[in-house]
Amino acid sequence: MALSSKTKAVLLGPLNKNNPVIVQVLGICSALAVTSKLEPSIVMAIAVVLVTAFANVIISLLRKTIPNRIRIIVQLVVVAALVTIVSEVLKAFAYDVNKQLSVFVGLIVTNCILMGRLEAFALGNGPWPSFLDGIGNGLGYGWILVVVGFFRELLGSGTLLGHQVIPQALYDAGYENNGLMMLAPMAILLVACIIWVHRSKNKELQEETN
Amino acid sequence: MDAISLIVRSIFVDNMIFAYFLGMCSFLAVSKNVKTALGLGVAVTFVLVLTLPINYMLENYVLKAGALQWLGEEYAGVDLSVFSLLVFIAIIASFVQLVEMVIERFSPSLYNSLGIFLPLIAVNCAILGGSLFMQQREFANVGLATAYGFGSGIGWLLAIVGMAAIREKLEYSHVPKPLKGLGITFIITALMAIGFMSFSGIDI
Repeated sequence: MALSSKTKAVLLGPLNKNNPVIVQVLGICSALAVTSKLEPSIVMAIAVVLVTAFANVIISLLRKTIPNRIRIIVQLVVVAALVTIVSEVLKAFAYDVNKQLSVFVGLIVTNCILMGRLEAFALGNGPWPSFLDGIGNGLGYGWILVVVGFFRELLGSGTLLGHQVIPQALYDAGYENNGLMMLAPMAILLVACIIWVHRSKNKELQEETN
Repeated sequence: MDAISLIVRSIFVDNMIFAYFLGMCSFLAVSKNVKTALGLGVAVTFVLVLTLPINYMLENYVLKAGALQWLGEEYAGVDLSVFSLLVFIAIIASFVQLVEMVIERFSPSLYNSLGIFLPLIAVNCAILGGSLFMQQREFANVGLATAYGFGSGIGWLLAIVGMAAIREKLEYSHVPKPLKGLGITFIITALMAIGFMSFSGIDI
């Protein structure tokens, strides 16, 4: 299936120039708290992709019937219902990961990416573009999460997905795991580094004031 | 005594922003000047103090497994906890609406400067996070839950006002171009968070 250039922009824009996390500053909260290991980061990314896509579709289908004044409550209820489903599924099939994510699965409800996309896109577009927009934004959020999770697990505990990747020989030669990487502040510092690289490449995103 | 130590803990040790990164979106966006930051901080604290006790009551007398026992023996087996997210967010959204009306009535200038971020308190992770942590930690009584809400709110206020003060001074510094704005704010937050980590492990 060939995608038209507009669909492509809707799907791929959020991965780079319109990234929800590092450009639009949405959904930072959970991006930082769950990334100390790669596995929860991946699970979280998948959960957010699914919830964003389906919430977008539902709101887009309902967009002509929701009265303007109560739309925020309607949106919250739709999102909360979807998140409840995701959280129950996680509890049933991936209990350990669910434990690690603790309250952050529930906090997808208040993930600003969702509200932002529902307000900005789903209320004004049909179901199919909204679905693509949800997938795109979910993935744009997901890849930041996975990159941060990758570096924090690799440098912090020398493992990836629980498997040892840094060879024992290196430890014998005096290499140490960087314990600082396991601490929460390092997540935000890593995101800052991603922003730095991203904005050096995309000069038009640089801001004038501090 | 328990309540006081809980307040101190939730301000410094379990700070919403620096320990859990909750409420980062508005923290990053509204921390450009101290006055607005203070207004938002007070609003968040207010909503937390109001919603936590209500959600605590709902959790313990309606939602939890066996919580409906006071209605009679036949309700003892009812477990409504799957609905907790929905109920919490509905309570929070309606209180935010209330706060919005109050602020609009009494301080139109603050109302204008907060702009879109006032209704967005409803999706401020710090507030839902407060309710979810309350659910997870199973506080002994409603007073402790309120104290937790108050402490978390004050901690959030402290963080956003400190950040705004630093950013006001930052106007005069030379920051590398790609880091201007968002990037440097992230780095400052990380440094402040490392500073706050010195509180962790303190047992009060």
